[in-house]
Amino acid sequence: MTPTDIKQATLQQPLPPKTGGAAGGSLFTTFFHIGLFTIGGGYAMIPLIEAKVVDEKQWITREDLLDLMAVAQSCPGIFAVNIAIFIGYKLRGLPGALLSTLGCILPSFLIILAIALFFRQFQDNPWVARAFRGIRPCVVALIAAPTFKMAQTAKIGWTNVWIPVLGAFLIWMFGVSPIWVIVAAGLGGYLYGRLISLNPDPSPEAKGSNNTQDSFQDSKPQQ
Amino acid sequence: MIYLQLFYTFFLIGLFGFGGGYAMISMIQGEVVTNHHWMSMGEFTDIVAVSQMTPGPIGINSATYVGYTAVVNTGGPHWMGILGSVTATFAVVLPSFILMIIISKFLMQYKHHPAVEHVFLGLRPAVVGLLAAASLLLMTPENFSTPSESPWQFWISVAIFVGTLIACQVYKLSPIRTLLFCALVGILLF
Repeated sequence: MTPTDIKQATLQQPLPPKTGGAAGGSLFTTFFHIGLFTIGGGYAMIPLIEAKVVDEKQWITREDLLDLMAVAQSCPGIFAVNIAIFIGYKLRGLPGALLSTLGCILPSFLIILAIALFFRQFQDNPWVARAFRGIRPCVVALIAAPTFKMAQTAKIGWTNVWIPVLGAFLIWMFGVSPIWVIVAAGLGGYLYGRLISLNPDPSPEAKGSNNTQDSFQDSKPQQ
Repeated sequence: MIYLQLFYTFFLIGLFGFGGGYAMISMIQGEVVTNHHWMSMGEFTDIVAVSQMTPGPIGINSATYVGYTAVVNTGGPHWMGILGSVTATFAVVLPSFILMIIISKFLMQYKHHPAVEHVFLGLRPAVVGLLAAASLLLMTPENFSTPSESPWQFWISVAIFVGTLIACQVYKLSPIRTLLFCALVGILLF
């Protein structure tokens, strides 16, 4: 499949239809649930979204989740909220985005207000401190667990395994901002695409079109 | 007018807050403690500690708490503090809400354009790296303790880590149940 073929295919189905089966109320309660149990920063939300939105409700595919993580990371604002906005909008448009965002931030809002009003010594409570010593290593494992499934979804093989390894290494060891890793990877993908369309060398083209074909197949069940 | 100031401050933080919750914390500190003197550094540190411990994104938690504290510290009653919370939280979410809607719209329209396909071909493996980096960065003495400082806590933490991985990967236990179970283990063993 050449890039022109892909362009024609694009013209035949200009807009991906909205996925059905997600009532607004269900969007709100699902994200309320996710918000309530997101402990320890935005990435802690990923295993919950994976379990609820991808596996249980099947509102988006695992590949969609990878794509929107890249987008949410490179946008300003709060990572977890950006993801909620995107999923809500994709399923139900603007009202969907409002409902998922509200669901996602309401638990935080209510819990913090309750602490500010009635329980100011929260962080010094010995029971809370002990529970959190158990929760912290669990959160780290919960964030590590989806990495492998995501690697399958991203079709990581011998040719592209250097991308996540190098990216993780730069962020972890050298404190490079994830935004620069995203920018470099996106730019690299774009330039690679330009290269294979300019230079019709059979082997890289076959690889590129295979991947695009796969993403088409993945998006078909959503129709 | 403190509500306008709160709105403006948190709108800017939402607009320029790249790089997740922790990057945002330092921006909030600069504005709220150094610039506006709404609270002392000690109060702010407490707010960050509570924001990390409670459920929800750290950015939302700290915005809610700072909004409340700023109003109460400048002499407002509790109910006006709640209004301060609403203002700060709404303001911090608004910029990314507008931006994400525009980007989602664009993306849904051009998802199958070859150039966009290729960009995502590069992005997907990189996001896997991001996820790996996020878990590596969290493997700190703060989260696990150290064998010399507290061997008991360190090895229990390692056991919780390995147990959670097995529970999720092999037994497909839900993340929420796993979290609740580990909280109970913490209360019983630490």
